[in-house]
Formats: sequence, structure tokens, C-alpha cells
Amino acid sequence: MSLLRAKDDTKPWTGGYQPYDLVKEACIAVGVIALLSIVLSVLFSSPDDKPSTIAQWSNQLPINFVTAAASELDGTSGTAEYGPPYNHNGEGQHAAFIYLQKWLGVSHPINTADDYVIDPLKTIPNDPALQSALGEYQAAPEKTQKAWGEAYAKPLNEYAEAEEEGKPLPKTVAVDPTTGTVSVQASGAGPVPTMMTSLLSLAKSGGLDGSLLTSKQFFQTDYTKPLLFMADGGLLDKRAEEQHLGGDEWGMMNETGSYPGQAWLWLYALWYQIEPFKASENADILVMLVMGVLSLAFISVPFIPGVRDLPRKIPIYKLIWREHYGAASPPPKAPPGDVAPGPATGAGP
Amino acid sequence: MSGAPESSWTVKVREKAVEALPPEKLLPDGQPTYVASWIYMFGVASIASLVVIITSGSILALKGPAWWHYTGVGHFFNSIHMWSVELFFFVMVVHLWGKYWMSAWRGGRTRVWITGAITFLVAVPTALTGYVSQQNFDAQWISTQAKDGLNAVGVGAFFNVTNFGQMYSYHVLLLPIAVVVLVSAHVLLVRRHGVVPPIELNARLATAPAGEAPAPPATSMGAGS
Amino acid sequence: MTHAGVTAVIGAVFNLSHPAHVVHWHFIKLPLANVIVIALMLVAFAVAIALPFPGAARRAAARRGGGGS
Repeated sequence: MSLLRAKDDTKPWTGGYQPYDLVKEACIAVGVIALLSIVLSVLFSSPDDKPSTIAQWSNQLPINFVTAAASELDGTSGTAEYGPPYNHNGEGQHAAFIYLQKWLGVSHPINTADDYVIDPLKTIPNDPALQSALGEYQAAPEKTQKAWGEAYAKPLNEYAEAEEEGKPLPKTVAVDPTTGTVSVQASGAGPVPTMMTSLLSLAKSGGLDGSLLTSKQFFQTDYTKPLLFMADGGLLDKRAEEQHLGGDEWGMMNETGSYPGQAWLWLYALWYQIEPFKASENADILVMLVMGVLSLAFISVPFIPGVRDLPRKIPIYKLIWREHYGAASPPPKAPPGDVAPGPATGAGP
Repeated sequence: MSGAPESSWTVKVREKAVEALPPEKLLPDGQPTYVASWIYMFGVASIASLVVIITSGSILALKGPAWWHYTGVGHFFNSIHMWSVELFFFVMVVHLWGKYWMSAWRGGRTRVWITGAITFLVAVPTALTGYVSQQNFDAQWISTQAKDGLNAVGVGAFFNVTNFGQMYSYHVLLLPIAVVVLVSAHVLLVRRHGVVPPIELNARLATAPAGEAPAPPATSMGAGS
Repeated sequence: MTHAGVTAVIGAVFNLSHPAHVVHWHFIKLPLANVIVIALMLVAFAVAIALPFPGAARRAAARRGGGGS
């Protein structure tokens, strides 16, 4: 017997057969499941929370929008620093020497400054102040652009930090209650404030949703650009937190509302809650590799000593086949004088 | 029949198929007496759930991905699709538990286990592609989160969960085909090898005592080969 | 209520469109719906094995020989 082949004394069945209507059973099963599905649908329906739009994001959380947009411009957003498959600005995650994210390369290039700020702004007509600001920005050397971006982002980041930590909000950032524009007190920001004000206005009107989607072609089914932009901001996070969909809450198993979700992702979700995955920058690749190994093990159960032997050690099978085992054992010898008939015998496997 | 040459591919395929699965093995009308537990129902329940999933999914596909958002009937069929998916994973996993505790890979049935396990593993991304094709907030959230796991292992470079067109194609066509092919292989292997016999309790039961084994019924079912 | 609005759940007897009640146990945080699903699976497994399966007389007859129908 080799390690990979278990001792297997399973013999072909030579015993009795009971009548069995396979087709009828299948039809009944389909009927039962269909009925159950319909009953559950009538009782509970299904969730359909409307999607967020960039227009909604910029209207409801204008400061958060401008903060995100500024980070796209100066290359400090999550998407900007992501690395492959969007850009080369990071190496992505790795596990020891395994850099799969880097090795598979940039297949969906996104230049956050151009795609999210400059190109959409260029589509706005009849705005000489904006045209001038854009011209000034694009003509400036990279170092200057960076300095402008950082100067503008600094008070916004301080505001965001204070908001997250529940501290008093700095007065350097404010929303004008009448115009809805965001004013940022930042010196040395060059043309960036003008650009951001116009971008916010474009976003609020819904123009940015369309612009990000159809910038390359009229017919579009790829929502990567607008989704990544929104994911760099706070609205999706906010809604997810309200619905307990965050990663720290086993979120990948969950559904919006009080509906059951993807309970079968329990083991995948579990790793993110425990160390060393929880605090790791490479949590995703580590969890995926662990799940990959476990999935291979799952497929290979018949070959794994110990795992394949557990069913014999914890004999649930004796309950499942109790009728068979009961019929196969010889009946106990009846005491003299008893007239009880013996059970059926001769039904050896 | 037609006097086809021995090298005829058609004849070879037909003869191999009939040898592996003669009609009475493909559609038997009897099953071994040890099949005596409700746990055996969870396999057919999994297939039944898959039928309801594909039927409700086909109706959703007929009307396009936006339909269920703005009509009551559409939303109802979406509900059926969602609940049948929940039922599918429910019964499939209970079926898996049963088969594990029965050591159902015994007696040359390793491939039955393997096809079943792979079916489960393929069903997971089939569901995921459905979730990210919903075109609602759930889809936005799941896609922007799931992309990180997939990007981290390089899969995101060619399987983009934020690309609705790609995900919808995988969900409606490619992955259901994979699931159906795997389930078919799984079921045909079960038909070929028979339902796994009980674990031998002791050596005495391993051989049928001479003269006591009942003759197989007239419609002879293929015993496990 | 979320900002972007929640589509009214059409025709449901029970409205599940409210944030879930989360069950906390040590480091496990699961919404009640998922807990119910997992619990029902365990119950279904146990009940499926425990409940007697119809047709015992037919099987006994088959074991005695003749595979009666």
C-alpha cells in the first residue's frame, strides 16, 4: 500500500436491489426546489440597493470628493499607487519571492491625473478661467505640479484625519452653503483650486459619471475607471459600513440588508480576521495562496492520509447505513420457548 | 449497420460509450438496498437547484440585465434566482458532508469525488460573477473589494471584476457551461461506478457467503464496476 | 436609511431591507441571516441521517432475494 492509495476493501455490490424511479425522483426534486424558491421569493423578495454615482458622491460628500480628486491629481490615491494591473507606480502584493501581481503586468492602464482630472476638465467648454488654469498646470514642470498638489491636499488630509478621529474640524476647509463649492485655504497651490472647483461642479452635474465611462468609446460595458475613482473616496465605504459589508466584519460573506449572503465564503473571510493576515499589507495574496492550497487539498482528499481516514474513525457512516448493517448481522439466537420469527437473513453484501 | 470500417470514429465512440454506460446503467430502475437514508437526496436536490437556477437565469437573460431593476415581475425572477442559488449551495454542501463521512471515493470512485469538489470550486466564481453583474450597490462594493484579492494573485490582469461586460459573459455563458459539464461528468461517473457501498464493518461481511447472495433482479443493474 | 436610497422591496411579505442584526461571538461577527443558514444546514444534515427512510419493507424483501417490486 502506498501513501497515496488508501487500503480499500470496497467490493462491487452483489446484494439486493430495490425498485427506484430515477426520473420521477428528479422531477419531484425540481418541483420541491422550485416551490421552495418561489415561497422564499414571495416571503422575502431580494435586495436591490441602488448604485452610488459620482454625482451623488460629490453632492453628499463634497469635501471627501475633492480630497479624493486631489489625491488622484498628485498621485497619492489608492488607485494611483496601486501598481499592476492599473499602473507601474507600485509593485503590488507579494508573498516571499512570489510577485504575481507584478509579473502579470499592467493590463488596464489608468493614469489617475489624466483620466480623473485633466481629461474630464478638458471637455468643459466656454470656461476661460479653467482653460487658463489647465494650461498653466500642464505647462509647469513635474516638480511644480507636485508642490501645488501637495499644498492643496495638506489641509484636506488634515480635515479627513480630524473627521476620522472625531476631533474638531479645521477651519481651513469649508463648504459654501449657497454655492456648494469647497473652499480650501492653501497657499502655493497654483491653478489646482480652480481645477478642483470646476471638477466638483462637473461631478455634481453628473457629467463626470458619463465622461469617465465613455471617454474612449460610445458603447461601454467596462466600469473600472468610475468604480476605482469612487472606491478611492468615502461614499461606498460609508454605505458598506452601514450594511456590515466591511472586511473586518467578515463582509465578503454578507449581503445588503438582512438577507443571507455568500455563506460558502466563510473560510475565505475567516483568515482576514486573524493574524498574521489581519495586519499584513500582503493579506490578499497570503489568503489566496492559503485558500489555493486548501482547495487543492479538498480536491485531493482521497489521497491525503489522515483526512481520508477520519470518516472511519468518527463513524457517522454507522448511522447512515444502520439499516444495512442491522440486516447483514445474523439475528441473536432466540432463547428456548420464544416463537418470535427471525429477521431476513442472507443479505450479505 | 452500414458496414462502416473498423476505423470509424463514430463506431468507436458509440461502442465505448455503450460499454461504459449501457442503457440500464445510465437509467437504472433499481438501486442497492443500502441506499436507505435521506442524506442520499441531497445530490439530486443539488441538480434540481441547478435546474431552477438556470431556468430563472435564462428568463433574466431573455430580458437583459436591466429588466429586473424596474419591473415587479423582473424583480420576482431575480428573487427566484437568488434563493435558488442559496438553496444550491445549501444542499450541495450538505451533500458534500454526507459523501465525506461515507468516504464516497472508495471502490474506484476517486474521480467522482474530484469532479464534485471541482464543481463546488467552480460554482463559487460562478456566483461571484453573478453578484458583480447585478448593477446595483452590492455589485459596486463586491467588485471594488474582490478586485484586490484577484489582483494580488495576478488573476485580475485578465479577469476584471469591475468590467461588467466581461463578468456578465462569464456568468451567463462560460461558467454555467463549466458547471453543467462538471456536474454531468460527476453524475455519469456515479452511474458508471454505482452508488458507493457501505464501509465494511469487519472481514466476515466482506464476502457474500456462498449461496446466500440474492440474484440480481431481472432488469440487471450494473453493480459497481 | 442610506443616502442613495434603497429600492422598495416589491411584494415581499417580510421586508429584509434594513441593516442586519450582527451576531458576535469571540472574533466571529456574522449577520443573523447567515447564522440561520449555517445552523439550518447542520440541522438538515443531522435530520437527514436520523430520519428513517421510507421503503424499509421493500428493501427487506429485496434482501431476502427476488428484488421484489
